[in-house]
Amino acid sequence: MMLKGRAFKFGDSISTDHIIPGRYAHLRSNLPELAKHVLEDADPVFASRVKKGDFVVAGNNFGLGSSREHAPLVMKMAGVSAVLAKSVARIFFRNAINLGLPILICDTDKINDGDELEIDLASGAIKDITNGNRLTAGKIPQAMLRILDEGGLIPYIKKHGDFKL
Amino acid sequence: MGKTIAEKLLSLKSSTDARAGNIVIASVDLVFVQDTTGPLTVRQFQASGFQKLANPGRTVLFIDHAAPSPSSALANDHLLLRDFARQTGAILSEAGEGVCHQLVAEKYARPGDVIVGADSHTVTAGGLGAFATGMGSSDVAVAMGLGKTWFRVPETIRVDVSGRFQKGVFAKDLILHLIGQIGADGASYKALEFSGAGISRMPVTERLTIANMAVEAGAKVGLFPSDEKTKAYLAAQSREPDWQPIAADADAAYEKTLKINLSQLVPTVSQPHTVDYTAAVTDLKGTKVQQVVIGTCTNGRLEDLKTAAGILKGKTVAPGVRLVVGPASRSILLQAMKAGYIQALVEAGAIILPPGCGPCLGLHQGVLGDAESCLSTANRNFQGRMGNPKSFVFLASTATAAATALSGEITDPREVL
Repeated sequence: MMLKGRAFKFGDSISTDHIIPGRYAHLRSNLPELAKHVLEDADPVFASRVKKGDFVVAGNNFGLGSSREHAPLVMKMAGVSAVLAKSVARIFFRNAINLGLPILICDTDKINDGDELEIDLASGAIKDITNGNRLTAGKIPQAMLRILDEGGLIPYIKKHGDFKL
Repeated sequence: MGKTIAEKLLSLKSSTDARAGNIVIASVDLVFVQDTTGPLTVRQFQASGFQKLANPGRTVLFIDHAAPSPSSALANDHLLLRDFARQTGAILSEAGEGVCHQLVAEKYARPGDVIVGADSHTVTAGGLGAFATGMGSSDVAVAMGLGKTWFRVPETIRVDVSGRFQKGVFAKDLILHLIGQIGADGASYKALEFSGAGISRMPVTERLTIANMAVEAGAKVGLFPSDEKTKAYLAAQSREPDWQPIAADADAAYEKTLKINLSQLVPTVSQPHTVDYTAAVTDLKGTKVQQVVIGTCTNGRLEDLKTAAGILKGKTVAPGVRLVVGPASRSILLQAMKAGYIQALVEAGAIILPPGCGPCLGLHQGVLGDAESCLSTANRNFQGRMGNPKSFVFLASTATAAATALSGEITDPREVL
C-alpha cells in the first residue's frame, strides 16, 4: 500500500502524556472530542492543521509512558496514516499495530517539517518528495505484520479466533 | 544453557523452550484494567465478539484513577465497568479500595504468574517474581477473552545489587539512579532482572518500588527472584500458599550485567520533564516547591507513611506548601491510622486523600497552577503529567519529599533524619 502526506516533525521523548494528557481523561469515551487535543502539549496547532494521510515524524522513544491505547487511536482518528521515528516505546508500538497504525523506524533527521512523503508500506521505502532523500524503514517483526495486515488485533482475532503467529 | 527468570516463566506458561527473541503464546494468570483504560478494553472485548471471560475469577476491574469521580463523564465510565463486572463475573475493585498495582501485590499476584494489565505500571508485580507487564486495551481485551497473549521473549539486563543503603537512601533512589544511568529507553523491550546480596536483604515493599519504575527505563518487566522475603510478604497478606521459589539459573545468558553498590547511592531526584534527568538532591538544594505529594503505586505503602510521619511528627509543613498524602490502599490507610502515622501527618498539616492514584496523572486532587513546582514520590514527571503543561514535577523518595515539605524547598533528607 502506498501512503502520501505531509510530515509533522516532533523531537525526542514525546510521551503519551503529550499525545493525550491525563487532564482529558473525561473525554476518553468521547473520542471525536479527545482527538481535538491530540499532541496538544507537544504542538498546540497540530490538531487543527493535520489532514488525512499526514505523518507524525519523531525522534527517539516516541510514545513512552502510559499504556493508554487512546493515544494511537486519536492520532489515527485525526488522520495520521503512519508514525515515523528513530525508535518507539514498547507499549505504544504494540498499541499502534493493534489499531492498524503503521510504525516506520528510520533516520528521521533526514526529513524536515512540512516535507511531502511517499511511503511504500510493503517494502518500507520512504521517499521525501520535497528534498529527494530516500530512506528504508527497519522491518516490523513478522508476528506484528500478520496483525497489521488484518487491519489490527480485533479484526485479526475476529477472523482467526486465536493467535496464529 | 540456563535461563533467565523471564525465559523460565515464559517457558512454563507457553509450554515451549522459550529463549530471548522467540515469539511465544503464553497463558495469562491474571488480567486487569483500571478506570481510564477499562472502558476501551470493554468496547474492544465486545467488538472482538467475545461472549465471556476466559477466567472471571482472575479478571479484575479497578476503579482507582478517578476515584471517587471528579466528573460526570468519568462517573459514567465507572458505571460501564460496574455493568461489565455484573454481566461477566469479573471482580470489581471499587473506589476507595486503592491503586490497582498495590492491590495486585496484596491480593492477587503470585510468584511465577504471567500478569497483563491495561496500565504501564503493571510491572510492579515483578517485585513478587511475576512476569507482569502493561499493555493497551486491545491486547488486554483479547487476553481477557482467550486467557492468553503473545510475547516476544525479552533479552535480560541483570542488575547485580550489593551493599547496604546508607541512612537517608532508599529503594526509590536506587531506581531513579539506574534510570538516570541507562536512560528512559535504556532497557527498551528488555527485561530488567535484579539480584545479588543487596536484593536478598530487601523486603518486597521496596522491591515493588523498583519494579514499578522498570517501565520508566522502557523495560517490559522488572523481575525479582521469589525467595524468603517474598514468602514473608505473602504470609503477611495471609497468602503464604501462593509462594513458590523462583530464581534465574546460574548459567543464564544476559545481554549485560550492571553493578550497583547500595552504599554508594545518594538521595536522587528526577528533574522536569523526564524521569532520566536525574541529579543528586544536594545539587538541587534550595529549589522552591509549592506542593509535595507522598503516595501512589510507587511510594504509597505503610513504610512510606511511617518514614513521612517520622520526619514530620511534631513539626509543621512550611508555609505556602501543600502536602498531599495518598495511601496506596485501604488496608495501608487502616494500618497507618492504627500506628498513629495519619494523626502525625494531619497534625503536621498534610491533606489526606482517599486510597487511589491521587494527583499522579493530572486528573484531580492536586492539579498544579501555572509555573508551580511539585516534588512527588510518583513515577512520572512528563510535561503536563500533573494536569498543567506549564508546571514542573520533581520525583524523589518519601524521605526527600517529607524533608522538602518541612522546608518548602528541595531538601536532603539526611539533614532531618
